[in-house]
Order: sequence, then structure tokens, then C-alpha cells
Amino acid sequence: MTRATVLDTAREAVDGIEDGSTVLVGGFGLAGMPFDLIEALIDQGAKDLTVVSNNAGNGEWGLAALLKAGRVRKVVCSFPRQSDSFVFDELYRAGKIELEVVPQGNLAERMRAAGAGIGAFYCPTAVGTPLAEGKEVREIDGRTYVLEMPIKGDVALISAHTADRMGNLVYRKTARNFGPVMATAATTVVAQVSEVVETGTLDPEAVVTPSIYVDRVVRVEPRHLQVEGAR
Amino acid sequence: MSTQEHTDRGPLDRDELAARVARDIPDGSYVNLGIGQPTKVADHLSADSGVVLHTENGMLGMGPQAQGDEVDTDLTNAGKVPVTELPGAAYFHHADSFAMMRGGHLDVCVLGAFQVAGNGDLANWHTGAPDAIPAVGGAMDLAIGAKEVLVMMSLFAKDGSAKIVPACTYPLTGVGCVSRVYTDHGVFAVGPDGVTVLETYGLSFDELAERMDVPLQRA
Repeated sequence: MTRATVLDTAREAVDGIEDGSTVLVGGFGLAGMPFDLIEALIDQGAKDLTVVSNNAGNGEWGLAALLKAGRVRKVVCSFPRQSDSFVFDELYRAGKIELEVVPQGNLAERMRAAGAGIGAFYCPTAVGTPLAEGKEVREIDGRTYVLEMPIKGDVALISAHTADRMGNLVYRKTARNFGPVMATAATTVVAQVSEVVETGTLDPEAVVTPSIYVDRVVRVEPRHLQVEGAR
Repeated sequence: MSTQEHTDRGPLDRDELAARVARDIPDGSYVNLGIGQPTKVADHLSADSGVVLHTENGMLGMGPQAQGDEVDTDLTNAGKVPVTELPGAAYFHHADSFAMMRGGHLDVCVLGAFQVAGNGDLANWHTGAPDAIPAVGGAMDLAIGAKEVLVMMSLFAKDGSAKIVPACTYPLTGVGCVSRVYTDHGVFAVGPDGVTVLETYGLSFDELAERMDVPLQRA
């Protein structure tokens, strides 16, 4: 049913993303950021989006460009404020974008829960802090925990290094970050990769994201990211 | 054990402070160094200490900052600075990275702070200023996750007030999570038993007691 399709263009890979969707966007700063898919999404035109990502964009590329295009209603992230997050900062200060700040581990675990069919979970992070306000609290074996709800995406846009034609994914170094978790947590999972290889050539022991999670794959040209200011 | 008062010298400079923290990190431990000043601690860990550095964006065995041709945009630390990998390094995804923290597998983390309360409460993510954009990153997860949370900061704020306080006035990052505070003017144990001065630099115990609003105990 859900065999991955290898597509020719990033634009085709983001086809059908609807207005109002929750979009999980991989990457940590620039590492693992699915630039081509985000650019294609800007071109595709979906708006009123909720974006779940670790950061809220750098410079004017990638996520920042999507924000600048006015397509995002709400950002759910752990660390919006960065040295070059001026696009987000301006929208936020102008009251043009909603922000939900989530501790980084909770962001990952809430998506993991969604992908693993967990209804909610008790977590010790943020107990006694403003980020736990209004949330259910429970003591278990003498320790206090906060109830955290899953985050489910309509779409995940992620970046991996290599895919086979079935959609098995292998990542590269710390560009892996949120990719494998987001791949489990969205209805439609789209991966941009640097290389597509024939099925059967990836070492099954080395596959990080099994094909069952992946719906669409597109090969993109590697980018030479500017490292300075890569914060 | 007694409080060591180093009054024949000035306060520790940044490198000396980083070296002082490094001295207390047990050989062979798994350690996360927070963004900013704590990153400097790595420069003072000897190669044979066997300390393995964790970075929350998914790596154990992180090496020094990458230089020149070593720079690889797929390999950065939590501050998004390009780094290198050491033999024995391993990569993992974000949920695993924070599970190893929260699950009590990480021995030590070193964090910066705006304020630490005498009972070990930590405030390091938000000044609470109305125009500030809140950003927490992994601070709250680290604060409650690592087995031992060390704070590294200047003891006094720009206005001269001590940053070890009776109760944090900034929004909390974690409750009762800090065990030790390393500062330019002294090393302090904090927690349920209050504040114990382990070492002083440039000021005597009595001078510190005069400038701080929390009761201080001698070690």
C-alpha cells in the first residue's frame, strides 16, 4: 500500500500538501534541513501551516524563507531565537506568528510517541517551570512528572543521505537529528536525499529509517552550505 | 575538608575557570558541555582522561571544533559549530539522544546560568523580559537528565549582585537540579543543605558572605 515513490522533482514530492497542515521539518540549524523540499513547498503554495521544527529558520533560506513568504501560522520549536533568526523575530514581534516553545527532548519524544502509538507520556522535564504550567502533573515513585501529548504531523519533510528505491533511509553524521523521529510521526513522509540506490544495495543492518515509514523520495543536488553564520 | 581560601590571588579568568571545572570531571565519564562558556571545558580535558563528550543533536565521541578542510556541515555541535569525530564516536537520532540524558545515562553536564538558588534551582533559559523571545533548547532536559549538573558562571552580575540567590527571580529551568556552582570567585556546593563554600578566589569567605544574600557554610 504505502511503498515509497521515487520522484523526479522536489515540486512533485510536495504535491497535495493542504492549507492548514501540520508540517514536521527536519534539521538542526542547517544540518539535515530539507532545503529543496521547503523551497518546493513555497512554490506549491500551501498556507496557514503549523511548522514543527527545532529552530525557526536561519537567515533567509529554508524555513526562514517559508516564514517570510507568510505561509506559516504557528511554529512549534525548542529554540527560535538565534543570531540569524531575524525573519522569525520580526514576525513574532509583529504578532504575525504563534509560537509554542517546547523543550528539545520533549519535542523529539512527543513526535516519537505519535509515531509509536503512545497516547501521552509522563516526563520529568520542565517540572516546576513555566513550560509545565497548566499541564497535568503526577508523582510516580517519588518523582514528579508532567503529562506530555504526542505531536502528529500531516506531512514530514526530512533530509537523509541515501535512499534505496523502496524508501529505506541512511543518514549522515549529525544531520540525522530529528529525521528518523519525524519519519515515524506524519501521515505523509517526504525525504530528500543526495543519492538513490537500487533496492538491495544498502546494508540492512545500517538502515536507520525502514521503508515502511517513507512515502516519497526525491534526489537533490548536494548544497555547499555557507558555514559561517551557520548557527 | 575545609574551605580553601585563595586570597593571595585575583578571581579565576575564563580559562582557569574552565580548567577548574575540568579537574572535577571524573575520568571515563560521559559528559555534555552546554553552549557558550562550558564548551571551553573541553580544552582542559586531557586526552587520556577517557571522557566522552555527548552533544544533544545526536553524537557521542565529539572531538574539537573543525578547522579548514575538516569542516563538514553535516557534523556540528549543539551550538551549530562544525566539530570533528573521535574514534569510538556514535551517531543517533534526537529522541535517543534525549532518552540517554533523561534515562540517567549521562554522568555530568556543565551549564551556564543566569541564577542558581541555594537549594539547587536553576534559571538559565529566559530572563522573563517582556520583549524577549523565549527559547529553551535542551536546557530543561539536561537540567533534570544528567546525573550531576554543574553550573559555570561569573559569581556577580553586572550590577554587582550575586547570581547564587535565596530564590531564583528568573523563570526556572529545573528544580533542585544543580549540585555545584563553579565561579570566578569560588566553588560552591548547593542543594537541600544550602550553600557550602568549597573554595574562594580573590575574596575571603567572610568577604563573600558579606556580598551574598544566601547563608554560606564553611566546608
